[in-house]
Amino acid sequence: MATDDVKLIGSWASVFVMRARIALHLKSISYEFLQETFGSKSELLLKSNPVHKKMPVLIHADKPVCESNIIVQYIDEAWTSSGPSILPSHPYDRAIARFWAAYIDDQWFISLRSILTAQGEEEKNAAIAQVEERTEILEKAFIDCSKGKPFFNGDHIGYLDIALGSFLGWWRVVELDANHKFLDETKAPSLAKWAERFCDDPAVKPIMPEITKLAEFARKLFPKPQA
Amino acid sequence: MAERSDSEEVKLLGMWASPFSRRIEIALTLKGVSYEFSEEDITNKSSLLLQLNPVYKMIPVLVHNGKPISEPLVILEYIDETWRDNPILPQDPYERAMARFWAKFVDEQIYVTAMKVVGKIGEERDAVVEATRDLLMFLEKELVGKDFFGGRSLGFVDIVATLVAFWLMRTEEIVGVKV
Repeated sequence: MATDDVKLIGSWASVFVMRARIALHLKSISYEFLQETFGSKSELLLKSNPVHKKMPVLIHADKPVCESNIIVQYIDEAWTSSGPSILPSHPYDRAIARFWAAYIDDQWFISLRSILTAQGEEEKNAAIAQVEERTEILEKAFIDCSKGKPFFNGDHIGYLDIALGSFLGWWRVVELDANHKFLDETKAPSLAKWAERFCDDPAVKPIMPEITKLAEFARKLFPKPQA
Repeated sequence: MAERSDSEEVKLLGMWASPFSRRIEIALTLKGVSYEFSEEDITNKSSLLLQLNPVYKMIPVLVHNGKPISEPLVILEYIDETWRDNPILPQDPYERAMARFWAKFVDEQIYVTAMKVVGKIGEERDAVVEATRDLLMFLEKELVGKDFFGGRSLGFVDIVATLVAFWLMRTEEIVGVKV
């Protein structure tokens, strides 16, 4: 297949960018990674995503695709013959995967983020409780979707694995910050084991950011108020 | 004409006033799919709804041969993939990505922003109207040179944007603003 011109605008620290990168790696697609500088937005980013002005943006043959989950589906559909299928094949399984991916972004991620932005102990504890509750929902979702197999998608990582798995670095950073474990063998045993398998996957391992580097970045992004 | 075996059972739990529920009806009708409509009282949700959508407890929920699907955009894609006549999403991967992008934009940006007008007066209301108008301008650009977002016929974004065509206009009347 001819080498298509593929660029990805992003950052090493972004969960959403990571989704796109994992998908590209799964399909063995070569791409130019254009890293944004923290604190400013490049002209290319602003031009390619005028609506949201956010990364990631995939630029394929000069055509921009925005929104991480949309990019992942695009990669799956544009390169059908390369690598494994990212979305399940059956329409019902695809619907379930899309449902949970939307839940992760609309509900679960919002609570996780609230832990980092919480003002005071009370707000933080409320956010932690909400993440606990929503993680329990995801634990059940994993058991339903995986049907005894290692990943949400079955034998190989897929759309939903990527949607949640890309958060694992940041999730660990939040656990350390809050001094609270969510991915616990007693509270979320299936997800805890899945997380290890996901991080070990060859498409994921090279791009999962180092926790210490991410924690340092988190301190810049979410500065603590002066005591 | 859509293929349908006699054992197909399609039920939609919905609500007459909901744009999210209506868009599913539009899609099913476009595809020629017969379905049983079950009107929900959202002030008194049925135990069936709570059982079929335990996460959000909201309509619409499509039930196909006993299996529930929730979330309006997820349901639309399911309908398109299950009943292949009269495609709603385009075939080209890039066009599909764009359709998904604009649909998400309508639901997450236009709808959420526009609904903030409820209960607001004066300067706050003006700010919401202006913000909604700005968002609508993005959508307006997508229609340039086309009859529909989907090109020459109704497509995914057209179905989703009935929210704008109908509900936003009704809200304008009720609230007394013009966006």
